[in-house]
Amino acid sequence: MNPETAAKPNPIEQFELVRLWEHEINGVEVSFTNASLYMLLAALGVVLLMVFATSRKALTPGRGQAAAEMLYEFVAGMVRQIAGEEGMRFFPFVFSLFAFVLIANLIGLFPYTFSVTSQIIVTFGFAVFVMAIVVAYGFYRNGFGFLKLFVPHGVPALVLVVLIPIEIISFLSRPISLSVRLFANMLAGHITLAVFGGFVALLLGAGAWAALAPVPLLAITALYALELLVACLQAFVFSVLTCVYLNDAIHPGH
Amino acid sequence: MAIISSAYAAQEASQEINPAEGGAENAGAAGSLAHGGVQKGAFPPFDTSNFAPQLVWLVLIFGVLYLLMSRLALPRVATILSTRETTIGADLDAARESQAKAQAADAQNNATLRTKKEEAQTIGREAQQKIAAEVGALRSSAEKKFAEEIAAAEARIAAEKARAMTSVEGIATEAAAAIVAKLTGAQVDGAKLSAAYRDATTH
Repeated sequence: MNPETAAKPNPIEQFELVRLWEHEINGVEVSFTNASLYMLLAALGVVLLMVFATSRKALTPGRGQAAAEMLYEFVAGMVRQIAGEEGMRFFPFVFSLFAFVLIANLIGLFPYTFSVTSQIIVTFGFAVFVMAIVVAYGFYRNGFGFLKLFVPHGVPALVLVVLIPIEIISFLSRPISLSVRLFANMLAGHITLAVFGGFVALLLGAGAWAALAPVPLLAITALYALELLVACLQAFVFSVLTCVYLNDAIHPGH
Repeated sequence: MAIISSAYAAQEASQEINPAEGGAENAGAAGSLAHGGVQKGAFPPFDTSNFAPQLVWLVLIFGVLYLLMSRLALPRVATILSTRETTIGADLDAARESQAKAQAADAQNNATLRTKKEEAQTIGREAQQKIAAEVGALRSSAEKKFAEEIAAAEARIAAEKARAMTSVEGIATEAAAAIVAKLTGAQVDGAKLSAAYRDATTH
């Protein structure tokens, strides 16, 4: 293996942030990067589906409008089922979150693109925002009754001494688990795809071993199908958990 | 993991070469932006210098997306769905109403048909009865007339017969007088002859 071929397969390169326009405001870097570009593309994808495809407001929907309606009813059903009718006030937020993460995940599956959700700061930003809404709305709606969330029902007082700290720790770790789940899934998937892609390149450059190159290629094909599932599933899991946490803010007694 | 870290090391090496090739642009960027104590080439998702630009644009873009969804797209889809629901409901109601109307019209039609049939039957029956009555009247009057005519004719025949019978007596008397005159040459009195004839016929 000479240094040239060793440098070629780099599974980390796809997560590199490329600054397309560099700028700084009050010491905060606001550079427009490839991440910003792909966030914009994901948002644009959602807008295309939800705004432009529904512009005709047809009674008998076309393909685009049917997809928009399906997505709407899917998320609305999910929010209503998990967080109840009162949870529907968060429907626009959960919908935007789900649609944005879903489209970002799917765009990231195209070769040579950037995966917005494979950056921990993005998923962590979403998770912290969700928990901030949960805490703020929980206290706004229930006052100090929101703290009942940490006191499980019908448990002896002696056990509560142990249980309440555990509940608090579990609550505090929610933003971490929520963000790391999505981030790690996307990161691991993209690294795996890139590594197997690197195997193909390495085998092709290794003389007679090139005959084995189709094996990792087939593996990529299978993995890609899995990644497609993961992209949709993780967007769904992220929004389902968001609904579950919002439900805690609405009904902390449960 | 070994592959990733080795490839990673290679990338680090290539990045060190880059500023020399990439020109002043890269070097200038590295100089102008405060990258803190993060070493160049740290694992990109954990590179804290990448956090601020991503968060700023995420807030901006997701904020605009949220506004577009909550103000424009979702109310529109909700309107489309509710409009469809009400339209379908109204159409179903209209269809049900039309069906009820059609059934009512059908029932009415059947009732009308039945009464008209009955009317037609009564009219037919009445006409039949009327015709039968007229025919009966005509027949009885005609029969009466014919009976009278027959009676008159019979009377006339009887009269003719009587008259003929009297003529026959005269003719016979005359014929007898002529025969007597031819045979005897004697003139015979008519009165005598008829008395003789009456004697002969009464025998």
